[in-house]
Amino acid sequence: MARMKFLCDADRCIDCNACVTACKNENEVPWGINRRRVVTINDGKPGERSVSMACMHCTDPPCAAVCPVSCIYPTEDGVVLHNKDLCIGCGYCFYACPFGAPQYPQVGNFGSRGKMDKCTYCAGGGGPEAPGSAEEFAKYGSNRFGEGKLPLCAEMCSTKSLLAGDGDVIAQIYKERVLKRGYGSGAWGWVTAYREDIKI
Amino acid sequence: MTALAHIRLLIVGAALLVFVAAAPALAQKFGPDGAPNPTASVVDQTTLLKQAPRIEGRIDIPDLKAAVLEQPVGRTWDYFHEVLLHWGGAVVIVGTILLLGLAYVIIGRIRIAAGRSGQKVLRFKAIERFSHWLTAISFVVLGLTGLNVTFGKIVLLPLVGPDTFSEISQAAKYVHNFTSFAFVAGLILIAVMFFKDNFLERVDLDWIKQGGGFIKSRHAPAGRFNPGEKLVYWLSIGAGITVSVSGFLLLFPFYGTDIAAMQIAQVVHAVVAVLFIALILAHIYIGTLGMEGAFEAMATGEVDLNWAKEHHDVWLARQLKPDQPGTPAGTPAE
Repeated sequence: MARMKFLCDADRCIDCNACVTACKNENEVPWGINRRRVVTINDGKPGERSVSMACMHCTDPPCAAVCPVSCIYPTEDGVVLHNKDLCIGCGYCFYACPFGAPQYPQVGNFGSRGKMDKCTYCAGGGGPEAPGSAEEFAKYGSNRFGEGKLPLCAEMCSTKSLLAGDGDVIAQIYKERVLKRGYGSGAWGWVTAYREDIKI
Repeated sequence: MTALAHIRLLIVGAALLVFVAAAPALAQKFGPDGAPNPTASVVDQTTLLKQAPRIEGRIDIPDLKAAVLEQPVGRTWDYFHEVLLHWGGAVVIVGTILLLGLAYVIIGRIRIAAGRSGQKVLRFKAIERFSHWLTAISFVVLGLTGLNVTFGKIVLLPLVGPDTFSEISQAAKYVHNFTSFAFVAGLILIAVMFFKDNFLERVDLDWIKQGGGFIKSRHAPAGRFNPGEKLVYWLSIGAGITVSVSGFLLLFPFYGTDIAAMQIAQVVHAVVAVLFIALILAHIYIGTLGMEGAFEAMATGEVDLNWAKEHHDVWLARQLKPDQPGTPAGTPAE
Protein backbone atom coordinates (compact mmCIF):
# COMPACT_ATOMS: atom_id res chain seq x y z
CA MET A 1 0.00 0.00 0.00
CA ALA A 2 1.38 3.36 -0.98
CA ARG A 3 2.04 5.88 1.76
CA MET A 4 1.08 9.29 0.43
CA LYS A 5 3.31 12.23 1.36
CA PHE A 6 4.16 15.77 0.37
CA LEU A 7 7.66 17.02 -0.21
CA CYS A 8 8.60 20.62 -0.92
CA ASP A 9 11.99 21.06 -2.53
CA ALA A 10 12.70 24.57 -1.23
CA ASP A 11 15.62 24.99 -3.63
CA ARG A 12 13.13 24.94 -6.48
CA CYS A 13 10.24 26.89 -4.95
CA ILE A 14 9.97 30.36 -6.49
CA ASP A 15 7.19 31.64 -4.20
CA CYS A 16 4.76 31.95 -7.11
CA ASN A 17 1.82 30.80 -4.96
CA ALA A 18 0.31 28.85 -7.83
CA CYS A 19 -0.14 25.86 -5.49
CA VAL A 20 -2.15 28.10 -3.14
CA THR A 21 -4.31 29.34 -5.99
CA ALA A 22 -4.74 25.88 -7.49
CA CYS A 23 -5.86 24.52 -4.14
CA LYS A 24 -8.33 27.33 -3.57
CA ASN A 25 -9.78 26.95 -7.02
CA GLU A 26 -9.89 23.17 -7.19
CA ASN A 27 -11.50 22.78 -3.79
CA GLU A 28 -13.52 26.02 -3.85
CA VAL A 29 -12.12 26.89 -0.46
CA PRO A 30 -14.01 29.75 1.19
CA TRP A 31 -12.60 33.22 1.73
CA GLY A 32 -10.20 33.41 4.68
CA ILE A 33 -9.33 29.72 4.62
CA ASN A 34 -5.92 28.70 3.31
CA ARG A 35 -5.32 25.01 3.06
CA ARG A 36 -1.92 25.68 1.53
CA ARG A 37 0.43 28.62 1.92
CA VAL A 38 3.95 29.58 0.96
CA VAL A 39 6.26 30.77 3.74
CA THR A 40 9.46 32.58 2.87
CA ILE A 41 12.34 32.17 5.28
CA ASN A 42 15.16 34.71 5.46
CA ASP A 43 13.17 36.95 3.15
CA GLY A 44 15.49 39.27 1.23
CA LYS A 45 18.65 37.77 2.70
CA PRO A 46 21.23 35.48 1.12
CA GLY A 47 20.01 31.91 1.28
CA GLU A 48 16.35 32.89 1.25
CA ARG A 49 14.09 29.91 0.73
CA SER A 50 10.37 29.54 0.21
CA VAL A 51 8.47 26.49 1.37
CA SER A 52 4.98 25.53 0.31
CA MET A 53 3.19 24.07 3.30
CA ALA A 54 -0.13 22.43 3.95
CA CYS A 55 -1.22 19.43 5.98
CA MET A 56 1.68 16.99 5.74
CA HIS A 57 -0.56 13.99 6.45
CA CYS A 58 1.63 12.98 9.37
CA THR A 59 2.46 9.55 10.61
CA ASP A 60 0.72 9.19 13.98
CA PRO A 61 -1.05 12.53 13.39
CA PRO A 62 -1.08 14.72 16.53
CA CYS A 63 -4.29 16.46 15.39
CA ALA A 64 -6.11 13.13 15.41
CA ALA A 65 -4.74 12.31 18.85
CA VAL A 66 -5.87 15.55 20.50
CA CYS A 67 -9.26 15.81 18.79
CA PRO A 68 -11.79 15.66 21.65
CA VAL A 69 -14.43 14.07 19.41
CA SER A 70 -12.00 11.80 17.52
CA CYS A 71 -13.14 13.04 14.11
CA ILE A 72 -9.70 12.97 12.44
CA TYR A 73 -8.12 9.75 11.20
CA PRO A 74 -5.52 8.52 8.72
CA THR A 75 -6.73 6.44 5.78
CA GLU A 76 -4.92 3.32 4.65
CA ASP A 77 -2.98 5.51 2.19
CA GLY A 78 -1.74 7.67 5.05
CA VAL A 79 -4.00 10.58 4.06
CA VAL A 80 -5.34 12.34 7.16
CA LEU A 81 -9.05 13.05 6.72
CA HIS A 82 -11.70 14.35 9.06
CA ASN A 83 -15.45 14.21 9.47
CA LYS A 84 -16.97 17.71 9.52
CA ASP A 85 -20.26 16.35 10.86
CA LEU A 86 -18.51 15.48 14.10
CA CYS A 87 -16.07 18.42 14.37
CA ILE A 88 -17.01 20.89 17.12
CA GLY A 89 -14.53 23.61 16.14
CA CYS A 90 -12.56 23.59 19.39
CA GLY A 91 -9.29 24.51 17.70
CA TYR A 92 -7.16 21.90 19.46
CA CYS A 93 -5.90 20.39 16.20
CA PHE A 94 -4.33 23.75 15.35
CA TYR A 95 -2.38 23.78 18.63
CA ALA A 96 -1.13 20.25 18.00
CA CYS A 97 -0.43 20.60 14.28
CA PRO A 98 3.29 21.14 13.64
CA PHE A 99 2.49 22.79 10.29
CA GLY A 100 -0.41 25.15 11.02
CA ALA A 101 -2.68 23.22 8.67
CA PRO A 102 -6.13 23.30 10.31
CA GLN A 103 -8.25 26.31 9.36
CA TYR A 104 -11.51 27.51 10.84
CA PRO A 105 -14.22 29.72 9.42
CA GLN A 106 -15.28 32.26 12.03
CA VAL A 107 -18.89 31.70 13.05
CA GLY A 108 -20.71 33.83 15.59
CA ASN A 109 -19.29 35.82 18.43
CA PHE A 110 -15.78 36.16 19.83
CA GLY A 111 -13.36 33.68 18.34
CA SER A 112 -16.04 31.02 17.84
CA ARG A 113 -14.63 28.63 15.32
CA GLY A 114 -16.67 26.76 12.78
CA LYS A 115 -15.91 23.30 11.55
CA MET A 116 -12.26 22.70 10.81
CA ASP A 117 -11.10 22.72 7.22
CA LYS A 118 -7.75 21.51 5.99
CA CYS A 119 -5.94 19.94 3.08
CA THR A 120 -7.54 16.61 2.21
CA TYR A 121 -4.79 15.61 -0.24
CA CYS A 122 -7.56 16.26 -2.80
CA ALA A 123 -9.05 13.03 -1.50
CA GLY A 124 -12.52 14.23 -0.56
CA GLY A 125 -13.82 14.00 2.96
CA GLY A 126 -13.81 11.71 5.92
CA GLY A 127 -17.54 11.91 6.44
CA PRO A 128 -20.40 9.64 5.40
CA GLU A 129 -20.82 11.35 1.98
CA ALA A 130 -20.33 9.16 -1.08
CA PRO A 131 -16.88 9.61 -2.63
CA GLY A 132 -17.04 12.01 -5.56
CA SER A 133 -20.55 13.22 -4.71
CA ALA A 134 -21.71 16.84 -4.84
CA GLU A 135 -22.30 16.73 -1.07
CA GLU A 136 -18.74 15.67 -0.49
CA PHE A 137 -17.44 18.40 -2.81
CA ALA A 138 -19.44 21.09 -1.03
CA LYS A 139 -18.03 20.12 2.37
CA TYR A 140 -14.50 19.02 1.63
CA GLY A 141 -13.65 19.92 -1.94
CA SER A 142 -12.33 17.84 -4.77
CA ASN A 143 -11.84 14.09 -4.70
CA ARG A 144 -9.12 13.76 -7.34
CA PHE A 145 -7.58 10.95 -5.37
CA GLY A 146 -10.64 8.78 -5.99
CA GLU A 147 -10.08 9.35 -9.71
CA GLY A 148 -6.50 8.16 -9.39
CA LYS A 149 -5.01 11.67 -9.48
CA LEU A 150 -2.63 13.38 -7.12
CA PRO A 151 -3.28 16.72 -5.36
CA LEU A 152 -3.55 19.56 -7.84
CA CYS A 153 -1.09 21.83 -6.00
CA ALA A 154 1.75 19.40 -6.65
CA GLU A 155 0.51 18.34 -10.06
CA MET A 156 0.63 21.87 -11.44
CA CYS A 157 3.73 23.15 -9.65
CA SER A 158 5.64 24.90 -12.44
CA THR A 159 9.12 24.11 -11.09
CA LYS A 160 8.14 20.69 -9.76
CA SER A 161 9.22 21.89 -6.37
CA LEU A 162 6.18 20.50 -4.65
CA LEU A 163 6.00 16.74 -4.96
CA ALA A 164 3.11 14.51 -3.98
CA GLY A 165 2.78 10.78 -4.19
CA ASP A 166 4.11 7.66 -2.61
CA GLY A 167 6.67 8.60 0.03
CA ASP A 168 9.36 6.27 -1.23
CA VAL A 169 9.02 7.49 -4.81
CA ILE A 170 9.16 11.21 -4.05
CA ALA A 171 12.01 10.67 -1.58
CA GLN A 172 13.95 8.95 -4.36
CA ILE A 173 13.25 11.81 -6.80
CA TYR A 174 14.43 14.35 -4.24
CA LYS A 175 17.53 12.35 -3.43
CA GLU A 176 18.53 12.15 -7.10
CA ARG A 177 18.00 15.89 -7.51
CA VAL A 178 20.17 16.74 -4.52
CA LEU A 179 22.94 14.41 -5.69
CA LYS A 180 22.89 15.84 -9.19
CA ARG A 181 22.86 19.53 -8.32
CA GLY A 182 25.05 19.10 -5.25
CA TYR A 183 22.91 20.81 -2.61
CA GLY A 184 19.53 20.69 -0.91
CA SER A 185 17.96 22.39 2.09
CA GLY A 186 16.30 19.18 3.19
CA ALA A 187 12.86 17.65 3.10
CA TRP A 188 11.00 20.29 5.07
CA GLY A 189 8.91 18.88 7.88
CA TRP A 190 9.68 15.24 7.19
CA VAL A 191 11.36 14.52 10.52
CA THR A 192 8.44 16.02 12.40
CA ALA A 193 5.72 14.64 10.17
CA TYR A 194 6.98 11.21 9.21
CA ARG A 195 9.71 10.72 11.85
CA GLU A 196 12.20 9.99 9.11
CA ASP A 197 14.55 12.04 7.00
CA ILE A 198 15.82 11.51 3.47
CA LYS A 199 19.42 10.43 3.79
CA ILE A 200 21.44 11.76 0.89
CA MET B 1 21.69 57.46 33.35
CA THR B 2 18.04 56.61 33.27
CA ALA B 3 16.81 53.06 33.38
CA LEU B 4 15.79 53.35 29.74
CA ALA B 5 19.30 54.35 28.71
CA HIS B 6 20.67 51.38 30.64
CA ILE B 7 18.35 49.03 28.78
CA ARG B 8 19.28 50.62 25.46
CA LEU B 9 22.97 50.17 26.24
CA LEU B 10 22.37 46.52 27.13
CA ILE B 11 20.52 45.89 23.88
CA VAL B 12 23.25 47.55 21.81
CA GLY B 13 25.88 45.55 23.68
CA ALA B 14 24.01 42.30 23.12
CA ALA B 15 23.52 43.11 19.43
CA LEU B 16 27.26 43.78 19.04
CA LEU B 17 28.08 40.48 20.73
CA VAL B 18 25.75 38.62 18.39
CA PHE B 19 27.30 40.42 15.42
CA VAL B 20 30.85 39.51 16.47
CA ALA B 21 29.86 35.90 17.07
CA ALA B 22 28.08 35.70 13.73
CA ALA B 23 30.94 37.20 11.72
CA PRO B 24 32.79 33.92 10.91
CA ALA B 25 29.52 32.26 9.96
CA LEU B 26 28.69 35.22 7.71
CA ALA B 27 32.10 35.06 6.05
CA GLN B 28 31.47 31.51 4.88
CA LYS B 29 28.28 32.62 3.25
CA PHE B 30 30.15 34.71 0.69
CA GLY B 31 32.15 33.37 -2.21
CA PRO B 32 35.83 34.29 -2.85
CA ASP B 33 34.69 37.24 -4.95
CA GLY B 34 32.58 38.59 -2.11
CA ALA B 35 29.28 37.74 -3.77
CA PRO B 36 26.69 35.89 -1.71
CA ASN B 37 26.98 32.17 -2.10
CA PRO B 38 23.37 30.99 -2.25
CA THR B 39 24.07 27.35 -1.55
CA ALA B 40 26.45 27.99 1.34
CA SER B 41 24.12 30.36 3.13
CA VAL B 42 21.01 28.31 2.49
CA VAL B 43 18.75 27.78 5.48
CA ASP B 44 18.05 24.26 6.53
CA GLN B 45 15.42 23.21 9.01
CA THR B 46 17.72 21.27 11.35
CA THR B 47 19.78 24.41 12.03
CA LEU B 48 16.68 26.60 12.25
CA LEU B 49 15.01 24.26 14.73
CA LYS B 50 18.16 24.24 16.86
CA GLN B 51 18.00 28.03 17.02
CA ALA B 52 14.31 28.28 17.90
CA PRO B 53 11.47 25.87 18.60
CA ARG B 54 9.52 27.33 15.68
CA ILE B 55 10.46 28.20 12.11
CA GLU B 56 8.83 31.44 11.04
CA GLY B 57 8.93 33.37 7.82
CA ARG B 58 7.02 35.85 5.72
CA ILE B 59 3.69 35.07 4.08
CA ASP B 60 1.54 36.74 1.46
CA ILE B 61 -1.75 36.28 3.29
CA PRO B 62 -3.12 38.41 6.14
CA ASP B 63 -3.39 35.44 8.51
CA LEU B 64 -0.31 36.13 10.65
CA LYS B 65 -0.33 32.81 12.49
CA ALA B 66 0.20 31.11 9.13
CA ALA B 67 3.73 32.61 9.09
CA VAL B 68 4.82 29.84 11.44
CA LEU B 69 6.05 27.25 8.96
CA GLU B 70 6.86 24.51 11.41
CA GLN B 71 6.41 23.95 15.13
CA PRO B 72 7.42 20.44 16.24
CA VAL B 73 6.32 21.57 19.73
CA GLY B 74 2.84 20.65 18.55
CA ARG B 75 3.76 17.05 19.14
CA THR B 76 4.92 17.97 22.65
CA TRP B 77 1.58 19.64 23.28
CA ASP B 78 -0.12 16.51 21.96
CA TYR B 79 1.89 14.47 24.49
CA PHE B 80 0.84 16.82 27.28
CA HIS B 81 -2.81 16.66 26.29
CA GLU B 82 -3.09 12.97 25.58
CA VAL B 83 -0.74 11.47 28.15
CA LEU B 84 0.19 13.85 30.97
CA LEU B 85 -3.21 15.53 31.26
CA HIS B 86 -5.21 12.33 30.94
CA TRP B 87 -3.18 10.47 33.55
CA GLY B 88 -2.48 13.45 35.79
CA GLY B 89 -6.08 14.63 35.69
CA ALA B 90 -7.47 11.18 36.37
CA VAL B 91 -5.05 10.57 39.26
CA VAL B 92 -5.73 13.96 40.87
CA ILE B 93 -9.53 13.86 40.55
CA VAL B 94 -10.10 10.18 41.31
CA GLY B 95 -7.43 10.38 44.03
CA THR B 96 -9.19 13.32 45.68
CA ILE B 97 -12.51 11.46 45.64
CA LEU B 98 -10.85 8.39 47.17
CA LEU B 99 -9.13 10.48 49.85
CA LEU B 100 -12.41 12.16 50.73
CA GLY B 101 -14.07 8.76 50.91
CA LEU B 102 -11.29 7.63 53.22
CA ALA B 103 -11.75 10.75 55.35
CA TYR B 104 -15.44 9.95 55.62
CA VAL B 105 -14.68 6.40 56.71
CA ILE B 106 -12.03 7.42 59.26
CA ILE B 107 -13.29 10.74 60.63
CA GLY B 108 -16.91 10.40 59.63
CA ARG B 109 -19.41 13.22 59.72
CA ILE B 110 -18.34 15.87 62.20
CA ARG B 111 -21.43 16.28 64.40
CA ILE B 112 -22.51 19.25 66.46
CA ALA B 113 -21.12 17.93 69.76
CA ALA B 114 -23.64 19.72 71.96
CA GLY B 115 -26.54 18.96 69.64
CA ARG B 116 -28.72 21.56 68.01
CA SER B 117 -29.76 24.48 70.18
CA GLY B 118 -32.69 25.39 67.99
CA GLN B 119 -31.46 28.98 67.87
CA LYS B 120 -30.21 30.39 64.61
CA VAL B 121 -27.50 32.90 63.80
CA LEU B 122 -27.28 34.61 60.41
CA ARG B 123 -23.97 33.67 58.80
CA PHE B 124 -24.34 34.65 55.15
CA LYS B 125 -26.49 37.46 53.76
CA ALA B 126 -28.65 36.82 50.70
CA ILE B 127 -26.23 38.62 48.37
CA GLU B 128 -23.37 36.53 49.73
CA ARG B 129 -25.29 33.32 49.14
CA PHE B 130 -26.28 34.49 45.67
CA SER B 131 -22.62 35.16 44.81
CA HIS B 132 -21.59 31.80 46.18
CA TRP B 133 -24.20 29.87 44.23
CA LEU B 134 -23.63 31.87 41.05
CA THR B 135 -19.98 30.88 41.21
CA ALA B 136 -20.72 27.35 42.40
CA ILE B 137 -23.27 26.48 39.72
CA SER B 138 -21.19 27.99 36.94
CA PHE B 139 -18.16 26.16 38.33
CA VAL B 140 -19.93 22.81 38.17
CA VAL B 141 -21.18 23.53 34.64
CA LEU B 142 -17.71 24.67 33.52
CA GLY B 143 -16.08 21.72 35.26
CA LEU B 144 -18.30 19.10 33.63
CA THR B 145 -18.17 20.64 30.14
CA GLY B 146 -14.43 21.14 30.52
CA LEU B 147 -13.84 17.56 31.63
CA ASN B 148 -15.83 16.44 28.59
CA VAL B 149 -13.26 18.04 26.29
CA THR B 150 -10.47 16.06 27.94
CA PHE B 151 -12.12 12.84 29.09
CA GLY B 152 -15.33 12.73 27.06
CA LYS B 153 -13.90 10.67 24.25
CA ILE B 154 -12.72 8.07 26.76
CA VAL B 155 -15.71 8.01 29.07
CA LEU B 156 -18.77 9.23 27.16
CA LEU B 157 -18.02 8.51 23.49
CA PRO B 158 -18.11 4.70 23.81
CA LEU B 159 -21.44 4.98 25.64
CA VAL B 160 -23.41 7.27 23.32
CA GLY B 161 -21.69 6.85 19.97
CA PRO B 162 -19.91 9.44 17.80
CA ASP B 163 -22.92 11.40 16.51
CA THR B 164 -24.61 11.98 19.85
CA PHE B 165 -21.28 12.60 21.54
CA SER B 166 -20.40 15.21 18.94
CA GLU B 167 -23.71 17.00 19.47
CA ILE B 168 -23.24 16.95 23.23
CA SER B 169 -19.68 18.24 22.89
CA GLN B 170 -20.70 20.98 20.50
CA ALA B 171 -23.35 22.18 22.98
CA ALA B 172 -20.87 21.75 25.83
CA LYS B 173 -18.36 23.97 24.03
CA TYR B 174 -20.85 26.83 23.76
CA VAL B 175 -22.11 26.34 27.32
CA HIS B 176 -18.50 26.39 28.55
CA ASN B 177 -17.74 29.57 26.60
CA PHE B 178 -20.78 31.49 27.81
CA THR B 179 -20.91 30.24 31.41
CA SER B 180 -17.41 31.64 31.84
CA PHE B 181 -18.89 35.14 32.15
CA ALA B 182 -21.20 34.10 34.99
CA PHE B 183 -18.27 32.45 36.75
CA VAL B 184 -16.10 35.54 36.49
CA ALA B 185 -18.95 37.72 37.80
CA GLY B 186 -19.42 35.38 40.77
CA LEU B 187 -15.69 35.20 41.38
CA ILE B 188 -15.38 38.98 41.53
CA LEU B 189 -18.34 39.24 43.92
CA ILE B 190 -16.90 36.56 46.20
CA ALA B 191 -13.41 38.02 46.08
CA VAL B 192 -14.66 41.45 47.11
CA MET B 193 -17.27 40.38 49.70
CA PHE B 194 -15.16 37.94 51.68
CA PHE B 195 -11.87 39.80 51.22
CA LYS B 196 -11.59 41.45 54.62
CA ASP B 197 -12.53 38.31 56.59
CA ASN B 198 -9.86 36.18 54.98
CA PHE B 199 -6.69 37.75 56.33
CA LEU B 200 -4.76 35.64 58.79
CA GLU B 201 -5.43 36.54 62.43
CA ARG B 202 -3.80 35.60 65.73
CA VAL B 203 -6.63 33.17 66.48
CA ASP B 204 -5.75 31.20 63.35
CA LEU B 205 -2.50 30.05 64.97
CA ASP B 206 -4.49 28.59 67.87
CA TRP B 207 -6.80 26.89 65.38
CA ILE B 208 -3.86 25.20 63.72
CA LYS B 209 -2.30 24.29 67.12
CA GLN B 210 -5.55 22.69 68.19
CA GLY B 211 -5.59 20.50 65.13
CA GLY B 212 -8.14 22.46 63.13
CA GLY B 213 -11.17 20.82 64.67
CA PHE B 214 -10.19 17.37 63.47
CA ILE B 215 -9.24 16.28 67.00
CA LYS B 216 -12.56 15.83 68.72
CA SER B 217 -11.31 16.47 72.27
CA ARG B 218 -9.81 19.82 71.37
CA HIS B 219 -11.70 22.99 70.57
CA ALA B 220 -10.23 24.95 67.66
CA PRO B 221 -11.15 28.62 67.93
CA ALA B 222 -11.86 30.63 64.79
CA GLY B 223 -13.17 33.95 63.56
CA ARG B 224 -15.63 34.22 60.73
CA PHE B 225 -13.46 31.94 58.63
CA ASN B 226 -10.95 29.42 59.92
CA PRO B 227 -7.53 28.95 58.26
CA GLY B 228 -8.88 26.03 56.25
CA GLU B 229 -11.60 28.19 54.80
CA LYS B 230 -9.12 31.00 54.25
CA LEU B 231 -6.91 28.61 52.33
CA VAL B 232 -9.86 27.63 50.16
CA TYR B 233 -10.64 31.32 49.62
CA TRP B 234 -7.13 32.33 48.55
CA LEU B 235 -6.54 29.22 46.45
CA SER B 236 -9.92 29.69 44.77
CA ILE B 237 -9.21 33.34 44.02
CA GLY B 238 -5.78 32.44 42.65
CA ALA B 239 -7.03 29.50 40.61
CA GLY B 240 -10.13 31.46 39.55
CA ILE B 241 -8.08 34.36 38.20
CA THR B 242 -5.70 31.95 36.46
CA VAL B 243 -8.42 29.92 34.74
CA SER B 244 -10.32 33.10 33.84
CA VAL B 245 -7.34 34.83 32.24
CA SER B 246 -6.13 31.71 30.43
CA GLY B 247 -9.72 30.88 29.50
CA PHE B 248 -10.36 34.26 27.91
CA LEU B 249 -7.12 33.91 25.96
CA LEU B 250 -8.49 30.62 24.64
CA LEU B 251 -11.93 32.13 24.05
CA PHE B 252 -10.39 34.84 21.88
CA PRO B 253 -7.86 32.75 19.99
CA PHE B 254 -4.88 34.59 18.50
CA TYR B 255 -6.12 37.99 19.66
CA GLY B 256 -2.64 39.30 20.41
CA THR B 257 -1.36 35.82 21.17
CA ASP B 258 0.70 33.50 19.02
CA ILE B 259 0.69 29.72 18.82
CA ALA B 260 3.14 29.40 21.74
CA ALA B 261 0.95 31.57 23.97
CA MET B 262 -2.16 29.62 22.98
CA GLN B 263 -0.49 26.31 23.85
CA ILE B 264 0.75 27.68 27.18
CA ALA B 265 -2.70 29.13 27.92
CA GLN B 266 -4.28 25.73 27.30
CA VAL B 267 -1.74 23.94 29.50
CA VAL B 268 -2.19 26.45 32.33
CA HIS B 269 -5.98 26.34 31.94
CA ALA B 270 -6.10 22.54 32.05
CA VAL B 271 -3.62 22.01 34.90
CA VAL B 272 -5.07 24.71 37.15
CA ALA B 273 -8.63 23.60 36.37
CA VAL B 274 -7.87 20.01 37.41
CA LEU B 275 -6.33 21.19 40.69
CA PHE B 276 -9.23 23.62 41.15
CA ILE B 277 -11.72 20.76 40.75
CA ALA B 278 -9.82 18.74 43.39
CA LEU B 279 -9.91 21.72 45.77
CA ILE B 280 -13.62 22.30 45.23
CA LEU B 281 -14.39 18.60 45.67
CA ALA B 282 -12.84 18.86 49.13
CA HIS B 283 -14.77 22.09 49.74
CA ILE B 284 -18.05 20.43 48.71
CA TYR B 285 -17.31 17.45 50.94
CA ILE B 286 -16.68 19.46 54.09
CA GLY B 287 -19.65 21.70 53.38
CA THR B 288 -22.12 18.85 52.96
CA LEU B 289 -21.29 15.29 53.99
CA GLY B 290 -18.27 16.05 56.13
CA MET B 291 -19.86 18.32 58.72
CA GLU B 292 -23.26 18.53 60.30
CA GLY B 293 -24.77 22.00 60.26
CA ALA B 294 -22.38 23.46 57.68
CA PHE B 295 -24.53 23.29 54.54
CA GLU B 296 -27.38 25.37 55.96
CA ALA B 297 -25.00 28.34 56.22
CA MET B 298 -25.06 28.62 52.43
CA ALA B 299 -28.56 27.19 51.99
CA THR B 300 -30.67 29.35 54.31
CA GLY B 301 -27.87 31.60 55.46
CA GLU B 302 -28.49 30.71 59.12
CA VAL B 303 -26.51 28.32 61.27
CA ASP B 304 -27.27 26.74 64.61
CA LEU B 305 -25.94 28.61 67.63
CA ASN B 306 -24.14 25.53 68.95
CA TRP B 307 -22.53 24.93 65.55
CA ALA B 308 -21.26 28.50 65.57
CA LYS B 309 -19.93 28.06 69.13
CA GLU B 310 -18.04 24.95 68.16
CA HIS B 311 -16.59 26.16 64.89
CA HIS B 312 -16.55 29.96 64.87
CA ASP B 313 -16.63 31.06 68.51
CA VAL B 314 -14.65 34.27 68.05
CA TRP B 315 -16.93 35.35 65.21
CA LEU B 316 -20.01 34.39 67.23
CA ALA B 317 -18.85 36.44 70.20
CA ARG B 318 -18.46 39.47 67.96
CA GLN B 319 -21.88 38.81 66.46
CA LEU B 320 -23.63 38.59 69.78
CA LYS B 321 -21.95 41.54 71.48
CA PRO B 322 -24.39 44.25 70.44
CA ASP B 323 -27.38 42.11 71.38
CA GLN B 324 -28.39 40.08 74.40
CA PRO B 325 -26.35 36.91 74.64
CA GLY B 326 -28.14 33.97 73.15
CA THR B 327 -30.44 35.88 70.84
CA PRO B 328 -29.99 35.72 67.08
CA ALA B 329 -27.85 38.52 65.73
CA GLY B 330 -29.48 41.03 63.47
CA THR B 331 -26.52 41.50 61.20
CA PRO B 332 -24.08 39.00 59.77
CA ALA B 333 -20.33 39.04 60.21
CA GLU B 334 -18.68 42.20 61.55
